[in-house]
Amino acid sequence: MTDVATENGKVTSRKDWASDQEVRWCPGCGDFTILAAMQTLLADIGARRESTVFVSGIGCSSRFPYYMNTYGIHSIHGRAPAIASGLAIARPDLDVWVITGDGDALSIGGNHFIHAMRRNINLNIVLFNNQIYGLTKGQYSPTSEVGSVTKSTPYGSIDAPFNPVSLALGAEATYVARSHDMDRNHMMEVLRRAHDHRGTSFVEIYQNCNVYNDGAFSDITGKDRRADYLIPLVHGQATRYGKEGEYGVARGEDGHLRLVRVDEVGEDALLIHDESLENPSQAFELSRLARGPHEPTPIGVFRSVERPEYGSEVARQVADIEGKKGIGDIATLLKSSGTWSVN
Amino acid sequence: MTDITTQHSVKELDQVVVRFAGDSGDGMQLAGNRFTVATSLIPNDIATLPDFPAEIRAPAGTPAGVSSFQIHFSDHDILTPGDKPDVLVAMNPAALKVHLSSLVPGGVILANVDAFDERSLSKAGYSSNPLEDDELSSYRVYKVPMTKLTLEACKDAGVKPRDAERSKNFFALGLVSWMYTRPVEPTIDWIQKRFASNELVREANLRSFKAGYNFGETAELFESQYEVPAASFREGTYTSVTGNTALAWGLVAASRLAKMPLFLGSYPITPASDVLHELAKLKEFGVKTFQAEDEIAGAGSALGAAFGGSLAVTTTSGPGIDLKAETIGLAAHLELPLVIVDIQRVGPSTGIPTKTEQSDLLAVVYGRHGESPVPVVAAMSPSNAFEAAIEACRMAVKYRTPVYLLSDGYIANSSEPWLLPDISNMEPIDPNFLEEPNHVDDEGKSSYWPYIRDPETFARQWALPGTPGLEHRVGGLEHQDGSGSVSYDPLNHERMVQLRQAKLEAISRDIPQVEVNDPDGLGGADVLLVSWGSTYSAVMAGVKRVRARGMKAAMVHLVHLNPFPSNLGDVLGHYRKIVVPEINSGQLCTMLRAAYLVDAQSLSKVQGLPFKTAEIEAAIMDVIDND
Repeated sequence: MTDVATENGKVTSRKDWASDQEVRWCPGCGDFTILAAMQTLLADIGARRESTVFVSGIGCSSRFPYYMNTYGIHSIHGRAPAIASGLAIARPDLDVWVITGDGDALSIGGNHFIHAMRRNINLNIVLFNNQIYGLTKGQYSPTSEVGSVTKSTPYGSIDAPFNPVSLALGAEATYVARSHDMDRNHMMEVLRRAHDHRGTSFVEIYQNCNVYNDGAFSDITGKDRRADYLIPLVHGQATRYGKEGEYGVARGEDGHLRLVRVDEVGEDALLIHDESLENPSQAFELSRLARGPHEPTPIGVFRSVERPEYGSEVARQVADIEGKKGIGDIATLLKSSGTWSVN
Repeated sequence: MTDITTQHSVKELDQVVVRFAGDSGDGMQLAGNRFTVATSLIPNDIATLPDFPAEIRAPAGTPAGVSSFQIHFSDHDILTPGDKPDVLVAMNPAALKVHLSSLVPGGVILANVDAFDERSLSKAGYSSNPLEDDELSSYRVYKVPMTKLTLEACKDAGVKPRDAERSKNFFALGLVSWMYTRPVEPTIDWIQKRFASNELVREANLRSFKAGYNFGETAELFESQYEVPAASFREGTYTSVTGNTALAWGLVAASRLAKMPLFLGSYPITPASDVLHELAKLKEFGVKTFQAEDEIAGAGSALGAAFGGSLAVTTTSGPGIDLKAETIGLAAHLELPLVIVDIQRVGPSTGIPTKTEQSDLLAVVYGRHGESPVPVVAAMSPSNAFEAAIEACRMAVKYRTPVYLLSDGYIANSSEPWLLPDISNMEPIDPNFLEEPNHVDDEGKSSYWPYIRDPETFARQWALPGTPGLEHRVGGLEHQDGSGSVSYDPLNHERMVQLRQAKLEAISRDIPQVEVNDPDGLGGADVLLVSWGSTYSAVMAGVKRVRARGMKAAMVHLVHLNPFPSNLGDVLGHYRKIVVPEINSGQLCTMLRAAYLVDAQSLSKVQGLPFKTAEIEAAIMDVIDND
């Protein structure tokens, strides 16, 4: 092997990225595979532990930083994007990850979540979506489907849920992806690209809570179901799925995207996925193809575009002004609104 | 200004209080500020009090829309903006209506007679014109056609009459500048610079200003001019500064002293926004300002920046501290430096945003869930906000703790002369970042433990991201002292609660002991006044007045509200009568009674305005007389 990823010239393995803390998620939780994917990925790409920071809020997923042998903050409910924003602006040299959940990011922290993406701050936001409040023992969340029976909705939820990918696209996110906890390689690929992206990257991961919402995604992520229910989005390629590639996505005569049989419409009619479109409309349409995780659902990178990154712009303004005015002098500042002398 | 040699006698006064009052759109704050600058160059001692409505344009011509600016200037050391104006500039009937009652008997009214038409009179609530009847007989009233003369002055300048009329504040400023023999050059220079790119406005303002000045000179309306001789100041270079500006500059200076880049996370709110505005300008000092999506993110982003090693600050006013409380609790728990600036305003709720109050004291000392002690420092005057800001930053960095810095709407917008400090003489702030592992485990493996502490200050050893080998996690869950690992151990939690409190006790030993101002020695006076924040000026002035009457009053001023200076209890114990004047319902008084079991009495005022010297004077006399 000649092209080995290293940390300060040293090859790291997954084990180097694991902290000495005992992992305390419930046995069988989807969070374990996400943790393994992250640790493996960071070792693989030669990331530096001292330059990597994980910031989280509150919830099961937010315990994540404790298990990473990097810098980290386990903060307060919903506020991780705000705290991480300040850190990323102050320290553009750092690689800052936000680990959050559906309640943390979309309910109590909704405001910080959308504004981080609007500003395009250099953060990688990973949202573990399990459609339930796990840590508080089973209340419905902003992604729970209508009719969900939970402890706080014994007769079924009447709240319309958020679609996190749609929300991120609406909030001007420049990198938006979706994956699921049953496919480590897929997770690693979208997370690697999130890491490489300058600006805010948003990754939704369908994650199974086997205690309070078991099987929420099994209709589409189950081993025998994936081929027919997950639509892989691959840039520049026809949008196709099914065991034999017999299904696809095409634009109908009414102008809307719809699911089709390839043999009925022909290969040329299939939608060629373009994640680099400046206009997010098509990505948004893709995000709305499935009404819930029971119908064929696109996964992969919905959108990846370039836009100036906030922290770099802040640094550039500071450097520009320092260049123009020279490094500030306090004594001069104090005299800047006029002085008089008494002798 | 004019070729005509002055025919007026010039009388000398030792102090004057002038109040400019008009509609919110009349430019009274601007006129007051320019008058202040010209006066500072005499130099006179100065204290100012701007007072304006919360609405950007309250209904024009009504009492609700009146904006005023009061300036007290003198040839001697003064502390307050003055209780009652000697001169009232009334640009319209509403201004007269609102401010007449505060004018001294026999005071001067300069009224813009053009604005006293039937409609304006009725909007102000007058059924007849007070300038025409005898309502003002006990004052010296000068009826000046300011609007007409302003329009006349701008006639050939190419300015539309409607725009020209907007310059009448400069006419008023010119007239008052003449009356008090203020230098005109600073105002003329300022107009030329400020409106360099807008020739018409520049010309209109210049002409109006000169017209006002010349009117005083030629109109033979006024018996005399006045001069207030220069006050004696200590040798040095002075500037005139508002509290918000001084506070912003103090933060920048602290950043230099600590060699830590300044980060401000903030959300706009009256009256704190000017600190954000000022710091946003100062990028050449490496300052990063972040206008966050809300108050919570203002604090959160600052805390994130603190984790990264910035000197982190968040600024706000009352409502904002409620929203930031949870983040401040986290900062106390993580033990990271964070300065929270609260420019207090009238509460509760939205209250009266542009008026002053000291009503957040208990909230900042106690207003967080759990036990999360946070030190509190308060600025006592506009210029003192500079030092207070440095003190708050120093404490935050040294002790790895959030620190509240209190100011208020009065300090924020008022200005005073300031003998410029020499920052090169100030003690550096040492963040003392850790760069090597501080712990070796049983197997001989070295690592970093984030909660290993200095045995005296209890400050933890602090390592920044980017330092190889010191990777660590901090969090809001209770953690083991030393290692920082999550811990639910009952005894460890008790120890951590005690340690977080012990930090404040260490600070109490560190901060200066309180100094007692008692000419008769500790315990000599009949009453002790305790001031904090902006009450300093009125309390000191009141104490001086009763002493001049031969009464014995002592005073202490508290800069540190949490923890208190270590000798405070002993000092209080020497006085039988203790009075605590506050612009709230007795919050410090409650704290002092609780901490020291002393029978302190509250002197409360909650009108959105600072104490008047006379109110303090009367209260002290009352206490002594009732002895």
